[in-house]
Amino acid sequence: MALTGLEIYKQLPKKNCGECGPPTCLAFAMSLAGGKASLDSCPYVSDEARATLESAAAPPIAKVIVGAGENSITMGDETELFRHDKKFYHETAITLRVSDALSDEEIVARTQKINDLVFVRVGLEYRVQAIAVENASGDADKFVAAVTTVAKNSGLPLVLISDNPDAIAKAIDIEGVNKPLIYAATNDNYETMTKLAIERNCPLAVKGDNLDDLASLVEKVVALGKKDLVLDPGARSLSRAIADFTQIRRQAIKKKFRPFGYPIIAFTTAEDPLEETAEASAYVSKYASMIVMNTVEKAHILPLLSWRQNLYTDPQVPIRVEEKLHEVGNVTPDSPVYITTNFSLTYYSVEGEVEATKIPSYILAVDTDGLSVLTAYSDGKFEADKIAGVMKKLGLEEKVNHRNIVLPGLVAVLSGKLEEESGWNVIVGPREASAIPAFAKTHFA
Amino acid sequence: MAVEILREKSRASVPEVTIGATKEEGGTRTHTITVGGDSALPFHHFEGEIKNRPVVALEVQDIVPQWHENLTKYYSDVIDNPGQWAKKCVEEYGADLIYLKLNGAHPDNGNKSVEECVAVVKDVLASVGVPLIIVGCDDEQKDNELLVAVAEATAGENLLFGNAEQTNYKSLTAACMVHKHNIIARSPLDINICKQLNILISEMNLPLSRIIIDPTIGGLGYGIEYAYSILERARLGALQGDKMLSMPVIATVGYESWRTKEATLSEEENPSWGDAEERGILWETTCATALLQAGVNILLMRHPKSVALVKKHIDDLMVSNNY
Ligand code: SF4
Repeated sequence: MALTGLEIYKQLPKKNCGECGPPTCLAFAMSLAGGKASLDSCPYVSDEARATLESAAAPPIAKVIVGAGENSITMGDETELFRHDKKFYHETAITLRVSDALSDEEIVARTQKINDLVFVRVGLEYRVQAIAVENASGDADKFVAAVTTVAKNSGLPLVLISDNPDAIAKAIDIEGVNKPLIYAATNDNYETMTKLAIERNCPLAVKGDNLDDLASLVEKVVALGKKDLVLDPGARSLSRAIADFTQIRRQAIKKKFRPFGYPIIAFTTAEDPLEETAEASAYVSKYASMIVMNTVEKAHILPLLSWRQNLYTDPQVPIRVEEKLHEVGNVTPDSPVYITTNFSLTYYSVEGEVEATKIPSYILAVDTDGLSVLTAYSDGKFEADKIAGVMKKLGLEEKVNHRNIVLPGLVAVLSGKLEEESGWNVIVGPREASAIPAFAKTHFA
Repeated sequence: MAVEILREKSRASVPEVTIGATKEEGGTRTHTITVGGDSALPFHHFEGEIKNRPVVALEVQDIVPQWHENLTKYYSDVIDNPGQWAKKCVEEYGADLIYLKLNGAHPDNGNKSVEECVAVVKDVLASVGVPLIIVGCDDEQKDNELLVAVAEATAGENLLFGNAEQTNYKSLTAACMVHKHNIIARSPLDINICKQLNILISEMNLPLSRIIIDPTIGGLGYGIEYAYSILERARLGALQGDKMLSMPVIATVGYESWRTKEATLSEEENPSWGDAEERGILWETTCATALLQAGVNILLMRHPKSVALVKKHIDDLMVSNNY
C-alpha cells in the first residue's frame, strides 16, 4: 500500500530548506509519492520517520532471490489474492529433491534427469528452477559430498535441507554453490541458522509447527537482523496446506501482517508420483512460491509447468504471435496456405495440427489483437477485406504459385466476400483445428 | 504468538442441486447426488461450510467414439454397448455419475432416431443405479427434438440435461420444467452471458435450485486460465449474494483434455515430453485439480486413472482445515 504525498509529508522535518532538490518538504513528499525521488536526498529525516516510511512503502510480500546469475529465482513480491484483480508475478519455482542417501552415480543420474526437464510448447520454454539437496543420511560428510556432485553437474540454484548448521555451512562453501536457500531455521536452531544465513548472505527458510509458531519464529529471526525469508508453516497435508497458505497470503496482503510478508515454500507428501503431481498443482494455484517435490518424470512435470505458466499469465494481455506468414516444415511455392488469427492459443493449435499433417505449409496469422477466430469475427477484426489486405501486405502472391487459401470453418460466411476481395480461391477448412490432418489428407496429399 | 485467523464472512451460499430420484421419490436411482451448498471459497472449511464434495462423472456415448487408444483400451470390451459401458464406469472405475452424450443422433454421426436414443437412455438407466447427466449431439434442431423426448421418457428420474445456450434454451427449459429435471446452462467463457442465461431460464420459472452452470472451460494449456478466473469471479459473486451467478458449476474436463496434443502425442513423436499415457492422465487430472480450486462442483471426465487420482485429491481436500 503506497502512501499519499500528504501522509509522507507528515513524517518529514518541515524545514523547507530545499536541500533535497524541490523547494519545500511538501513538494519533496509529492515526488516521493510519485516514485520520482528517494528519501536519502533529505539529510534531516529522523530515523523513526524513515522506518515508518520504509515499512509503509515495502511491498506486502517481500521479494526473495535464490541463487545468482541467469538461473537465479525471484520469489514473492506478489500483491494479489486473485489473478483477475491484477496478475500474479513470480512463477512458483518447481524444485526437485535429491537425497544424500543416494549413491554418487545415482545422484549424477538424477541431477542430469532434472537438467533435462526443459519443455517447449506453444512457442514457450518451460523449466524447473532448483534442486533441493536433502541431508536424509544425517551425516554431514555425505551431505557435503552430495552437494558437491549436484553443483558440479547442474547450474540450477540449490536449496540446502538439513537441521545441522555445520553441514549447511560447509555446503555453502562448495564451489558452484551460490546463494542457496537454507532450509530451515526452526525453534531448536534458529539462532545459529540465522547467524549463518546473515554471515553468508543467503536466503533463509523458517519452519514453524503451525501458523502461530511460525509467526513467533519469524519475529525472532527478523529481530536478529535477517530479512530475506521463506515461510513453511509446517503443513504436511493438502487441506491444511491450502488453508495455511491462504491465511499467510491474506494476512500479508489484506492486513500487512509483517511476519507473513514472505514467499511460501511447500512440500509434497503423496508417495505416488501421479498423486504427488496433483497435490503440487493445488499448491501452484494456492500461493506457493516454491514447491519441493520428488518426481522427475517429464510426463509428470510438463502438465504441472503448463498449469503454472497459464496461471501466471497476465489476464489483461491476450498472448499473441506476430502477424506474418509462418512456415511449417520445408515450404515450397506449392505449399498450402492456412489462414488464422494471431491469438496464440488459436495459432498454436493450428500450427500443431498443420505440423501433424506432415505437409509443409504456410500459416498466415492475421493480427486480430490476439482474439480467437470467432471472437475476432464478431468484433469486426477478422473481415474479408482485412484478410485480403494482409495477404497483399505480406506478399503471399510472390511466395506461392497457386492461388488457394484455407479459411477457418468457423467463418465460412466470409468465403464469398474474401474470394471477391482477394481474387483467390477460398477453401473452407474445418471448424476445429483437430480436424486439419483429415482435411489436409483429402485436399493436399 | 497467536495469529488472528482471517475469516471472510459470506452473505450467501451456492444453492444445492440434487440429481436423481430414488424409488420413494418417484424415480429408479439407488441414490441421489447433491452438489453445491458451499458457503465459502473452495475447501475453505475454516470459514464456512463445504457441504457437499465435488463429484466426478465418466463419459459414455451412444456410438463408438473416435477417442485415443489410451482411453479406449479401458473400455474396449464395452464400448459398443452404452449400458455395459456405464456399468463398468460405475462398478470398476468409481464414477459418481454417468455423463451420457447422445452423439449418434447427429446427422453426421449416423443420425440415430429419437426412439433409438430413448432406448439407449433406458438401457443405461437400467444398467446403473447412479443418476445420469444427458447431453445431445450439438445439432440444435436435432437436440431440441431429441432432448425433449428423452426428458419425457425419463420423467420422475430428476436427471441433469444439457445444454441450454443463450440462443437455444427455451425448449430444453420447458422440458425440464414439465418433466422435473435439472438443466445445464452453458455460456461461452463470458461471465455476463452466464448471468444473462440464468436470468432467462429462471424467468421461465425453472427454480434456481435446478440449474447447473457450464461457463465453458479452456483445456490445460489452451486457455484454462480464462475459465479459472471467470469461475473465481463467479464464486466470489455468489458468496456476496449475486444469485444469478451462484449455481454449482460443471466442467467438460475430459473433452477439453483429450483433444490436445499434449495428452495424445506418442513419446516417439516427441521424446522430450515423456511417457504418453501418464502425460495424458495428468493432463486431464491437472485440468480438474486446477478448476477444483476455482469452484467446480461436477467434473466430466474420461480416463479411469484420472478419475481415481481426482477422487483421492478431493478426499484430501475435504478433510477439515478449521483452526
Ligand atoms: S531536505 Fe528535507 S527538510 Fe529540507 S526541504 Fe527537503 S524534505 Fe524538507
